[in-house]
Amino acid sequence: MPDTPLIRTRGLTRDYPGVRALDRVDFDLHAGEVHVLFGENGAGKSTLISMLAGANAPSAGEIAVKGEAVAFASVADAQARGIYTVFQEFSLIPTMTVAQNIFLGREPRIGPLINFREMNRRAAQMLEERGFAIEPTTLVAHLPRAQQQIVEIAKAFYGELSVLILDEPTASLTDREVDHLFDFINRMKAEGLGIIYISHRINEFARIADRVTVLRDGAKIETLDMAEASEARLIELMAGRAIEDVYPDIPHTPGETLLQVEGLHSWGVNGVSFDVRRGEVLGVAGLIGSGKSRMFRAVMGLEPVRAGSVRYRGADITGKPTRAVIAQGVHYLTSDRKSEGLSLSAPATDNLAIDLMMGTCREGALVDHRKVRREIARIFDHVELPERYRARTIAQLSGGNQQKVLFAKSFGHGSELFIFDEPTVGVDMGTRAALYRIIAELAAAGKAVVVISSDLPEVMNLAHRALVVAGGTIAAELTGAQITEAEILRHFFHDTGATV
Amino acid sequence: MTAMPQQPPARVAPRALIRAIFLKVGVLPFFLAIALVVFSLMSSAFLTMQNMINVGRQSVFLILVSSGQMLVLISGGFDLSVGMVIALTSVVSAITMVAMLPFFPDAVWVAIAIGALAGFAVAAAVGALNGIGVAFFGVSPFIMTLGVASVGGGLALFMTGGVPVSGLPVAFGDTFGFGRLWGVPAPVIVAVVCILAMWVFVARTRAGAEIYAVGGNIKAANLSAINTRAVLMRTYIVCALMAGLTGLLITARVETGDANIGSAMALESIAACVIAGVSLRGGIGRVENVVLGGFFIILMQNGMNLAQISSYMQMVLIGMLLILAVIFDQIRYRMIMGTR
Repeated sequence: MPDTPLIRTRGLTRDYPGVRALDRVDFDLHAGEVHVLFGENGAGKSTLISMLAGANAPSAGEIAVKGEAVAFASVADAQARGIYTVFQEFSLIPTMTVAQNIFLGREPRIGPLINFREMNRRAAQMLEERGFAIEPTTLVAHLPRAQQQIVEIAKAFYGELSVLILDEPTASLTDREVDHLFDFINRMKAEGLGIIYISHRINEFARIADRVTVLRDGAKIETLDMAEASEARLIELMAGRAIEDVYPDIPHTPGETLLQVEGLHSWGVNGVSFDVRRGEVLGVAGLIGSGKSRMFRAVMGLEPVRAGSVRYRGADITGKPTRAVIAQGVHYLTSDRKSEGLSLSAPATDNLAIDLMMGTCREGALVDHRKVRREIARIFDHVELPERYRARTIAQLSGGNQQKVLFAKSFGHGSELFIFDEPTVGVDMGTRAALYRIIAELAAAGKAVVVISSDLPEVMNLAHRALVVAGGTIAAELTGAQITEAEILRHFFHDTGATV
Repeated sequence: MTAMPQQPPARVAPRALIRAIFLKVGVLPFFLAIALVVFSLMSSAFLTMQNMINVGRQSVFLILVSSGQMLVLISGGFDLSVGMVIALTSVVSAITMVAMLPFFPDAVWVAIAIGALAGFAVAAAVGALNGIGVAFFGVSPFIMTLGVASVGGGLALFMTGGVPVSGLPVAFGDTFGFGRLWGVPAPVIVAVVCILAMWVFVARTRAGAEIYAVGGNIKAANLSAINTRAVLMRTYIVCALMAGLTGLLITARVETGDANIGSAMALESIAACVIAGVSLRGGIGRVENVVLGGFFIILMQNGMNLAQISSYMQMVLIGMLLILAVIFDQIRYRMIMGTR
């Protein structure tokens, strides 16, 4: 080792009641390197960074920053040592401007008054230096998610920054935005920053990583140089087994047309027409803000329909309330499981029970709890949610297990058409494979499946037919062998109305 | 792990038990135990069978109101208008009964029934008003029910001119105020029936489960095919009806229609619920605990009376207790959501 590491941990351990979340982990980070933490959900990545970030105290073991042992009392404490963490949960205040967020708590002042002019000037200068095209006076709420992420990172560049921790920063970014972020990370690396980067996406981090540490079940498995780490090797280390093929083969047997959309207009959707058929997976690709999600939210009655018609098995369901659309047999899996999908304070079982009560177990006013319990067990078995997590509160589950609960809820209504909006966002490889299997089974059983995704390989490998959405319109409809990365990307920027 | 020094199990077990009880039920068992010990020491008359029966009987009114309040809290709101509903129901039913008496000189019960129906109708209307404001116009429950409380309270005073309505049918008070069946006071019987019905509603029906779902995450409830507006409407109406029922029972007990009764009910019912582990964030709460919560508040008042603490000082203590309960609720919620 050439110099003192920026961060070094020895025997770092964190116990929760009944669980050892992190087990005696030795980890180090040097200046000018990108060190990736890789592992399934629940492997201990988040626990490790929460202690490096000062959000959590270790149960045992020690952390040294630049060779000096530290005990962080808070996140602010860690920041004072130059360690800044961008968590998955955004810490921005949506009702304030970009500049206000960046300068929150350290605003430039004239006497007791905030100097807004100076604040905006400095924010603009800083954003420009870092190569971000964001107007500092924009309200954060008005920014697309990707740009909010950039603001989040921009907040880090304050005071003496030596370590930047990024927790799944690309989860909600499109490929172009990822390129942009990686350019930025490479520049930071060159400036001598140490970067800890958490990700599930091997293809992505392969482009920036110097070293990878694989965690599994709270323990460090191995630290490898990225140059000698193959994808297969990493997956094997992460899962403890070889994952032969993440994407299943899905038989294509198109049948009855279930959903027919004609000239649909909504906010950000400018006249789309398409149909969805049984026995087929329809992929929907597009940039964030292209309207790919909105057009289906309008179908579900979650966004207003301004013009056009939506028919389900011949029946007109245009602009019907969500519950009526669900009763017809359409299920929508939201892309935002925390704010729109799950009740975080309730156990997994209760989250599923309510769907069964409203759906397949709906009979009379009284609930047949035995039947509901039986169905809960069956569905959770089907989505492979381990038994020990079923009685736990959603907030205590990992992202992957939360997503399995969300999938489970899809099976409560006896639906025929499944619309999955970003079905694997923030989910590990093992869970992904399980969710893809579920999608394949649905299509094979003659259900209709829609997969809306910003993850191109997902669309390419799952879809029999794909819509590319740009600027609120369908730029292209591709089938079978036409669905290639190049072909999809070619249509992404088809419409000049598409802005990022 | 042999390397890890193990604490002796005898010391760990009680702490784990306390933690488990706290997570499951909240602060109530601890408050209850402390109150029993403290008041027993302060007054020998406190921990007697007679006094406990007394407290039980006095607490029915608060328990009824709290069980309605609990529904609203579970749905993620709260109802500050319950006290006003009690007053308004009392006034409206009393005025109606008195007005109807001359028309049914031989059938007093018809007049009583019409009066009671008028009371329930007014309560339901107030609940519907709250529900419309919260569910359809997105007014925050705090402002909506506070505003409605002022409106209804003003109307009740306006109708009576501030003077209690007297001349109620004697049979009304004799039956619902002082009547007994198998030696059990009528209000207690009514309360027991209502509590059982409420338990079935909350724990065994789909409509009950819908309230938890809406309080847990209203957007997720919408995506689970729940008519969230209807659920909120229903919740506020049932809460107001429980308060209305309480208003009628108190009216029978005091044998007058009075616009000044129930004024402390909003605070006390919320305190009873929160102490009983109903979360102010919605989605969490149980009927059986709320019954105990209502009992506890009255027990506190009874104990303080016996200990000769002045009623002004009692207000101070009840308010502090509520805040303390909310602080513990905060801690408990964090524990439920995981330690991360």
